Amino acid sequence: MNFVRNSVIPVGTVLIGILALWYVFTVILNAPFERDQAARANTTISTGQLIENTMAQERPVLPAPHQVAAEIRKTVFDISPTSKRSLVYHGWVTLSSTLLGFGLGTLLGILLAIAIVHSRTLDKSLMPWIITSQTVPILAIAPMIIVVLNAVNITGLLPKAMISTYLSFFPVAVGMVKGLRSPEIMYLDLMRTYNASKAQVFWKLRWPASMPYLFTSMKIAVAISLVGAIVGELPTGAVAGIGARLLAGSYYGQTVQIWAALIVAALMAAVLVSLIGLIATFVNRRMGVRA
Amino acid sequence: MPQAAKNVIDVKDLSLVFETNDGPVNALSNINLSVDGGEFVSFIGPSGCGKTTLLRVIADLEQPTSGAISVNGMTPSEARQKRAYGYVFQAAALYPWRTIAGNISLPLEVMGIPKAERKDRIARNLELVNLSGFEKKFPWQLSGGMQQRASIARALSFDPHLLLMDEPFGALDEIVRDHLNEELLKLWAKTQKTVVFVTHSIPEAVFLSTKIVVMSPRPGRIHEVIDCNLGSERTLDIRESPEFLEIAHRVREGLRHGHSYDQAHL
Repeated sequence: MNFVRNSVIPVGTVLIGILALWYVFTVILNAPFERDQAARANTTISTGQLIENTMAQERPVLPAPHQVAAEIRKTVFDISPTSKRSLVYHGWVTLSSTLLGFGLGTLLGILLAIAIVHSRTLDKSLMPWIITSQTVPILAIAPMIIVVLNAVNITGLLPKAMISTYLSFFPVAVGMVKGLRSPEIMYLDLMRTYNASKAQVFWKLRWPASMPYLFTSMKIAVAISLVGAIVGELPTGAVAGIGARLLAGSYYGQTVQIWAALIVAALMAAVLVSLIGLIATFVNRRMGVRA
Repeated sequence: MPQAAKNVIDVKDLSLVFETNDGPVNALSNINLSVDGGEFVSFIGPSGCGKTTLLRVIADLEQPTSGAISVNGMTPSEARQKRAYGYVFQAAALYPWRTIAGNISLPLEVMGIPKAERKDRIARNLELVNLSGFEKKFPWQLSGGMQQRASIARALSFDPHLLLMDEPFGALDEIVRDHLNEELLKLWAKTQKTVVFVTHSIPEAVFLSTKIVVMSPRPGRIHEVIDCNLGSERTLDIRESPEFLEIAHRVREGLRHGHSYDQAHL
């Protein structure tokens, strides 16, 4: 019952609000085209007919939610997942490179944080570069990564994943530097009185203390990994993946297809973030965090 | 007991100067002190008198600027590496992600003690501080007094001969503090440890100690060392006795003469 009161009702209310607004804008944005059509045919169009027509255009400025839903149902459930027109196929292409890039990025971020926390020199020398790396617009650097890696014969999943890695290592590195430094002086002094080695201080104190920071930054990292994978699909000529669907949709003015791909990408991100949240809850419970 | 006569801590002409942005601060100045095995020594004084700093020097958590100090006949650093002492902090400092048993196991894991023996020692030390049955609880599930008892069990778990305690009951209310003072006294009698205890409570120092080191601030130094032995079978009632009040009075006078009550410092 608590779940209904705390989650379903508030989230549902916002969702209904968004859908209502969406329908209003569907009518407003698509109406000029219908009026033009009517004017060109020298006929008048009733308001009821106008509203009905705005929600059934083939290439609307803004497709109605039910049009997008129908497109998603068709491309996710009706078409075989092996078909190039299936969103499941394209979703999987994007998801696999998202997960690979996210995994590598998380690993890289953790390793960088460990190095930075244990070495003053690396702290001074690496940290500015890590921050600088994120000021470069990803849209500019993504094609470069793809082109350069293609030139050295690295093709397929890895170049796309590298872009996700490039984006996702950053929140993990920054979060983990903070997390690994989070133990209070007293906790560190305690380890010193035991004459604990650096490795013992790491595994028994710094690592467990950093867990909340790790999961928070992983949530951010997984969401931007997905963005990175989609961006990485654009300069490859867009053969497969959510990015390819977006690009193909915009080439041919298939707005319904674009919106369907957008919604599916958003749902994928939501599922990925929730999965990290679930793992965090499980780990928290094992670590005795107060419910 | 042969160990009782042995000199456990020996401090000679020790000084410590902290370099701060506002210039050097004389945290400790010309400290001379010796602690024998089996003694219960309290450092008492107002904040800024260097009592905690002196304890941290003994524990090799701070480095003296000049002078000599030995712990168990070694340098503090060697003593620390030999795990010669258990340290109890102002806060319990239990790791929140470990259960009570897990926290007591921590030093044993660091020291590479096998699992079967760890289990044995956890049970023994929890019993010593009357916390049997709380093994699987997490620290937040225990009261402040129980947490501090667990931290004492942790310090005792690897059986050091020396126990260094930095205002361990300072954050607790008086009723709990009285109770833990009694328990600590029993524990000390049972285990025959040497205890160095930092406090700013006169009754606590008089009740617990065999020797009270009265310290004064700016620069941190030892003003007076007062012998204090009220017999081994003490209870809290002794605090009403003339002997107790007499020593408490001497400590208070010592603090006053050490300028601890100067208006300028309050």
